[in-house]
Amino acid sequence: MTNRRSGPPKRRSGPPRQPMAIIAVCMLGVLVLLAVFAPVLWGEEAVAADPDAIALPPSGEHPLGTDKLGRDILLRTLVATRLSLVMAVAATLMGGCIGLALGALPAVLGTRAQRWFASVISTWLAFPVLLVAMLTVILLGPGTTTAVVALALTMTPSFARLAQTLSSRVGGSEYLAAARMLGVSRRRQFTRYVLPNIAEPVIVNVTTSIGGGLLALSSLSFLGVGVQPPDFDWGRLLSEGFGQVYNSPVAAIGPGVAVVFAGLAFSMLGESLAAQLRNREHGRALPPRRLGPAPVAERPARTPAETERAETEAAPLLDVDGLSVSFPGPDGWIRPVQDVSFRILPGEIVGVVGESGSGKSVTMMSIAQLAPAGAAVTARRLRFDGEDLTGRTPAEAGRVLGTRVGVVFQDSLTALNPALRVGTQLAEIPRVHGGAGRAKAHEMAVRALDDVRIPDAARRAQQFPHEFSGGMRQRALIAMSQIGSPSLIIADEPTTALDVTVQRRVLALLRRECAESGAAAIVVSHDVAVLAELCGRLLVMYAGRIVEDVDIALLATPERLAHPYTRALAASLPDLGTDRTKPLVTIPGEPPDLSRPVTGCAFAARCAFATDDCRTEVPVLTEHRHGGRVACRHPQDAMATDAAPGREEVGA
Amino acid sequence: MAELVIEDLVVTFGHRHRAFNAVDGVSLTVPHGTIVGLVGESGSGKSTVARTVAGLQRATSGRITLDGDDLLRTRGVDRRRRARDVQMIFQDPYSSLNPRMTVGETIEEALTTHGDLDGRRRAASVRELLDLVRLKPAVAGQYPSQISGGMRQRVAIARCLAVRPRLIVADEITSALDASVQGAVLNLIRDLQRELELSMIFITHNLAAVRYIADTTVVMSRGRVVEHGDSEEIVANPRQPYTRALVSAIPRIEHAGTDHLLRFADEEGLR
Amino acid sequence: MTRSTSATGRRHGGNRWLLFLLRRTGRMLVAMWVIVTVAFLVLRMAGGDPVRSALGATADESVVQARREQLGLNDPLIVQYFDYLTGLFRGDLGVSIITGRSVTELVSHRLPATLELAGLAFLVVLLVAVPVGLGIAVITQGNRRRGAETAFTGVTAFIAAIPEYLLGVLLVIVFAITLHALPVAGRTGPASYLMPVIALSVSAAASVSRIARIEALNTLKDDYVRTARSKRLPAWMVYFRHALPNMLTATLTIGGTLLGAMIAGSVLVEQVFNWPGLGMAFVGAITTKDYGIVQGLALVYAAIILVVNLLIDLVLSLLDRRTSLLETS
Repeated sequence: MTNRRSGPPKRRSGPPRQPMAIIAVCMLGVLVLLAVFAPVLWGEEAVAADPDAIALPPSGEHPLGTDKLGRDILLRTLVATRLSLVMAVAATLMGGCIGLALGALPAVLGTRAQRWFASVISTWLAFPVLLVAMLTVILLGPGTTTAVVALALTMTPSFARLAQTLSSRVGGSEYLAAARMLGVSRRRQFTRYVLPNIAEPVIVNVTTSIGGGLLALSSLSFLGVGVQPPDFDWGRLLSEGFGQVYNSPVAAIGPGVAVVFAGLAFSMLGESLAAQLRNREHGRALPPRRLGPAPVAERPARTPAETERAETEAAPLLDVDGLSVSFPGPDGWIRPVQDVSFRILPGEIVGVVGESGSGKSVTMMSIAQLAPAGAAVTARRLRFDGEDLTGRTPAEAGRVLGTRVGVVFQDSLTALNPALRVGTQLAEIPRVHGGAGRAKAHEMAVRALDDVRIPDAARRAQQFPHEFSGGMRQRALIAMSQIGSPSLIIADEPTTALDVTVQRRVLALLRRECAESGAAAIVVSHDVAVLAELCGRLLVMYAGRIVEDVDIALLATPERLAHPYTRALAASLPDLGTDRTKPLVTIPGEPPDLSRPVTGCAFAARCAFATDDCRTEVPVLTEHRHGGRVACRHPQDAMATDAAPGREEVGA
Repeated sequence: MAELVIEDLVVTFGHRHRAFNAVDGVSLTVPHGTIVGLVGESGSGKSTVARTVAGLQRATSGRITLDGDDLLRTRGVDRRRRARDVQMIFQDPYSSLNPRMTVGETIEEALTTHGDLDGRRRAASVRELLDLVRLKPAVAGQYPSQISGGMRQRVAIARCLAVRPRLIVADEITSALDASVQGAVLNLIRDLQRELELSMIFITHNLAAVRYIADTTVVMSRGRVVEHGDSEEIVANPRQPYTRALVSAIPRIEHAGTDHLLRFADEEGLR
Repeated sequence: MTRSTSATGRRHGGNRWLLFLLRRTGRMLVAMWVIVTVAFLVLRMAGGDPVRSALGATADESVVQARREQLGLNDPLIVQYFDYLTGLFRGDLGVSIITGRSVTELVSHRLPATLELAGLAFLVVLLVAVPVGLGIAVITQGNRRRGAETAFTGVTAFIAAIPEYLLGVLLVIVFAITLHALPVAGRTGPASYLMPVIALSVSAAASVSRIARIEALNTLKDDYVRTARSKRLPAWMVYFRHALPNMLTATLTIGGTLLGAMIAGSVLVEQVFNWPGLGMAFVGAITTKDYGIVQGLALVYAAIILVVNLLIDLVLSLLDRRTSLLETS
């Protein structure tokens, strides 16, 4: 086995580099310094009444003025930092701990406990925050401790709900089921399985909540039910300042600024922690100016033989030359599709096979102008029905394609909009593109559903996608791709989630639709057998490139296939005639990691026939004697006799 | 290794008028040291049978015994003893390993839960198990996110073998893997079964895979057993119409470049 | 014929929806009962004699005893509880300990002002936050326009950190005291609504728009949005017809919890603007320790929040049929 991600872990978790994190840390530093030193330095001064300086407006001596007892408001605000912060942190941690226990423990306690805890949490959540706070105040009497307890009680249920949502994901996971089956003790399940897997989002949420807690505590003090004199926090100062707002508005603004400053510091810290986690999980893509221009496929001009073919052949419906798709990655462009060239003739059904990560779906979605936002698609030539699509934005190119390209997606449950009726989703196309009226469009939608043999189509058109079975949804998607009478259908894994019997009906339907309408189709699948029955030609993709383009009939005689990968693919899966006494033919190793540049032939590492040339130079996809094209230095079809496709592994 | 007997197993989901039997009177036997394949389409109840045998799902009625020990009566049974009865390997290796534990820790945990080996012996056992599933010792230090799907599935198999269970339930263990990796995992299961004389229930929707790997095959549909018998025989000469439909629906490379699908469309009245 | 079948289909769906409605209402009533009971117990458990502490140490013992008798505080606890519950069913929210006046009457005077304030603010929040969130998501999807994203995050974080009452105070200082453009306080005409509604809605709008942006980004990544694009629909249709309803469900689910915070905020804002709503009475009752009023008003607040949450759930289930149907199945 080759280890495709050896070496140190890819994600770096160094010190935060985002400006927001730096600002947040600085702001918190200021707050902590104030909390530690302000009461020591100015504590006495802040509480000493001065009968000569009562309710003074701002001045050099008192930048924010003085209060009714002649105390300096600026100093009081600075000194109040400690109490305000300590209360907020204490309340949030208290709420966080209780919430975590309440929300996360049930994950290892069984379903009955889960249900019981869930209903406690949801009832607690239904308790209005204000009511909880007021009842606490009534029960314990107003004061600092009360305010902290009240806030902790109001925060607990939302932490509990978060912990519950996260831990129920862990609780329902197969790794926890496996641990239970292994007889791992409950305590260990909780400490090694549940807690580590929910800790990070909980910590982020707690951090952000400290800011909110600070605001809530100041609100309580503002209402007079929080901190009681002679103690004071920012909310208390604000409420006192509000009393003299007409004489000296600044008296209220000073503590107000402090509240906002601290609230902002914590929420920014939480935000940057969350961003840090996201980046560690997915890697932070470089910004465009560091990435440079998107890579373009470089290849020498076409060989004379090819030009000749291009002239003698009928005009292609789709002509793709040098298509590359790149995504911004943490270390530069990630290139899932590189230099892909092929043509589709009118009425032709072409299959595209490859493993996950081979770039087959990304290629087809890019051609349909449906590449995900952020993808950079480049091509030397991309023509549909004679019209050039290069140099246009995806939206413009999409408008050029219009309804001439119909797309069938993989997962029919997520591909249909859950909030709209199936009929409506079909009728949109004639409404928008055919200028049909509401009734006419609906009628067309019903007819399209009827065409794909959905029984009782008129009633079904009124239903929502979740009311359909999987096979029926997939047929509705085919109907949707057909309703605009396209000349090319692109189907991305159209039967992957379906049972074999349903799969066959869907495949037959697709084949029939093409036969009757004369539309061409590109069908993407990981299952070469599915494509064998459906298509006329096969494109084999490996690590972002087409490695073989071959007449599908050759699949039935694998010794005539040229690329070692195609040959292995056709032979590696057991079929109903496989010899049970021998081990299966397998391809050693794993596909390469495309986030790093691959030099030479990407398959070389797994190929028994690879030479040094293969490892340094990318083989070019060229015409081959079997009538198709191959990108391989050592095509195997000629040597079929001496290579003897035995039962040994194809690799070393 | 042991013999598993399932008698008239019923598993009901839902309540009152919405109740339905996901498993509706299933009986089957897994003899010592054999692999029994369980095939069927989604909703056939095959995975529910697997989860019930593994103790992850409560049975409504029926009996499951392993060498005469009742597996459904679990009250008071030590969790470690139970773990040695049945272990399950899950479909999706991306979700069956704890992302926060290294491969070594995962396998070690299975070892320590069942016997107090000292550190050196434990490390040696981990190496042995990794070797058994054809993984290099260096993999032990890696987290699941750092290795590929096929490797993860091997780790899951190693974890399961660490307990030395009397029966292994393998639930669609190849269907989440890439085509080029599936074959290697099937080979591994076959080799291990021969080396260690494992008893196994192998659940899949793939008739070709079950034919290749299982000694006998049970075909399920809508919670019931439709047909059972020798794996090769069932595929070659299916007796029940349902099994025949299932076998004939499998796409075949031999049909490459023919109008087979169009003929089927005609037969089905799709045209 | 087709018409009749489609009608049965709908009726079937309607039944399930009714079931969902009943279930949710039932759950709300249970929550309400728990709240009533807890509120009742807490007020009885609070230390000291509530009547004595409300009327003050100087009040005559005979007056205190008379009021205790009037409030039924001398009865056994279970009798008090029963009387209290039956009273609630008759719409009797209790009486003020100090004045002896009916809380129900107080509520009927003051509820409209609070509902107007909170309702308007809630509306403003949704109307501002959801389009802003969706718009920012559209222009920043796929990690584009990092600058806009950072600016949005920074600005909303700042706004969300300003407490309602502080914003209220600032508004008063700027528009009423300095510019004399708006009335300082009270509920005297359309202009007097402006500042309280703004004070109550701005920081909530900032937090909701952040939620809305994240939800919109998730929605825009969903497969059905790609499907809508594959149909080459105009951009507004993709965003408003396909993305918006689905993003609303998620946003409202989270936004529902925000409503509780807004109700709490309304208490403060009423305080700042001297708004003649429930909040003023509530805070007044707490400071004078009139627990009769506190208990009655607390229940009203709880009921408002529960009812609005129920309404949000119903809207959600209409937007996304799966929630309601999954609930009952």
